[in-house]
Amino acid sequence: MRGNLAKAFELANTQVFRRATAPKSYTDRLGRRLFLFLLAVQGLGAFSLITLSVMLKKFGEARGVMHPLVRQEINRAGVKLLPMFFFVALALGFVVVGQTVSALARVGQTEYLGSTMVIVVVRELGPLLTAMLVLARVGTAHVIELGTARALGEVEALEALGIDPVHYLIVPRVIGMALGIFSLTIYLIIGALGSGYLFAFLQDVALTPGDYFKQIASALGWLDFALLALKTVMFGFFIAIVTCYHGLAQPLRLEDVSRVAVRAVTQGVVVCVLVDAVFIVLYIVT
Amino acid sequence: MSETFHSAVIEMRGASLGALRDPSLAVLEDVNWAVAAGEFWVVAGQQQSGKSDLLMHAAGLMVPTDGSCRVFGCETEAFGESQLSERLRVGLVFAGGKLFNQMTVAENVALPLCYQKSLAWSEAAQVVTVLLGMLELTPFANSRPSSLAANWRQRAALARALVLKPELLLLDSPLVGMGVRHRQWLLKFLEQLAGGHEWFGGRPMTIVVTTEDLRPWQHPNRRFAVLDEKQFTVLGAWDDVTSARSPAVKELLAEPVETTI
Repeated sequence: MRGNLAKAFELANTQVFRRATAPKSYTDRLGRRLFLFLLAVQGLGAFSLITLSVMLKKFGEARGVMHPLVRQEINRAGVKLLPMFFFVALALGFVVVGQTVSALARVGQTEYLGSTMVIVVVRELGPLLTAMLVLARVGTAHVIELGTARALGEVEALEALGIDPVHYLIVPRVIGMALGIFSLTIYLIIGALGSGYLFAFLQDVALTPGDYFKQIASALGWLDFALLALKTVMFGFFIAIVTCYHGLAQPLRLEDVSRVAVRAVTQGVVVCVLVDAVFIVLYIVT
Repeated sequence: MSETFHSAVIEMRGASLGALRDPSLAVLEDVNWAVAAGEFWVVAGQQQSGKSDLLMHAAGLMVPTDGSCRVFGCETEAFGESQLSERLRVGLVFAGGKLFNQMTVAENVALPLCYQKSLAWSEAAQVVTVLLGMLELTPFANSRPSSLAANWRQRAALARALVLKPELLLLDSPLVGMGVRHRQWLLKFLEQLAGGHEWFGGRPMTIVVTTEDLRPWQHPNRRFAVLDEKQFTVLGAWDDVTSARSPAVKELLAEPVETTI
């Protein structure tokens, strides 16, 4: 493997450390873990930058091949998950929104309803839950597909045909995942808020739909929309990067694929939580 | 000698070649090899002797750990995006085909054309149909590679490598796992390509194949080399192969042992 992919993987070749015998003392183990973590961060960082540069440099190239691939990925990380997200939105509405609305109504504090919903559902739960579900459902598929493709030599076959694997394999997945998570978050938020009111209504909460949605609308600022878009797109970008990186970076052995999928999902969760933490700080600052 | 090297399609000088699985592990050392335009080379070696790795280097997919490797006069070290036009002059058929299993045979063949020429699938269909017909693959156009026998997968891989009309064709162990009829067909087809096939404008194609068995490749106009114990040795023409005393060559010329139960 050479070219763009090789650059990223050379930077973070953790295999030497992983194959070495485990150190005996706790401090050495901790040091080894820290070193592996730093190498993984370095590799992921390089891979992110290379993917971004390929996206910009090859924008509009090979449309006949790339457009169907991007549509396919949007379908997979978005449209095909709509039934599942319909169910999740109902559950979220019932568990969180419905009960919060009814609890606030019981203590006569419905004026806090809008800001509570915006903080809990729009800013936090909606994007993070969507990202986790897409990571579990589509991210694992990415690792397995790409890991198998690497193990079967399909990546070398692409390079032999003069096709950049980053452009052909990674870019559609990044775009599909980013747009998929963004759209599904909007769908989940609307569904959860709507079904939440429905459950509150069934519990005889004295709140008209007009008042309910008016409060939510007044609690939403333009910054919420901008940051929601940015956050969900970043979730999608990083989940795709982590899963694709682990799918392609590993040695050419089929038996490694399942183990790597677990590692990719774990790192994906960590990255999502870190991105979320950055946005919490942004919300507080702004 | 230096003039031969100068006009070579592939030119390796003092090249140490690493393995695909571990590029730091040298499989061939001090390779000096020049392939001129229009030549047909047969490189023989036992399993794990570095045949596939040699072709990966010749295709510019790997860089030698030492020495130099030039393809069409371009150093493979610098075989990046800017040299794409040079890279596309090389067609590589992997052992086993390495087709994309999620695509049909027709899509596999159309992919390089659509990607490199920015064509829609429908626009590439005409060229692909002709090529599939030429390789007798029309009945399998809409089949997935996993549903095909190894013989047809190998042909589909050949069609994919040929769709961009390369000037240099590299085939990694193309006869392995093939039935007699398909072997004969492939040998005849490669001979047509080497002599100048009309679909490629009558231009003789430079061909390099690797093999574990030299006998099917017997031909007076072909040149032979052997890989043994990390050494690349040019044997010359078929007469030089048969007169070679090296045990490695004798082994590559031997009849396979038939086992009966």
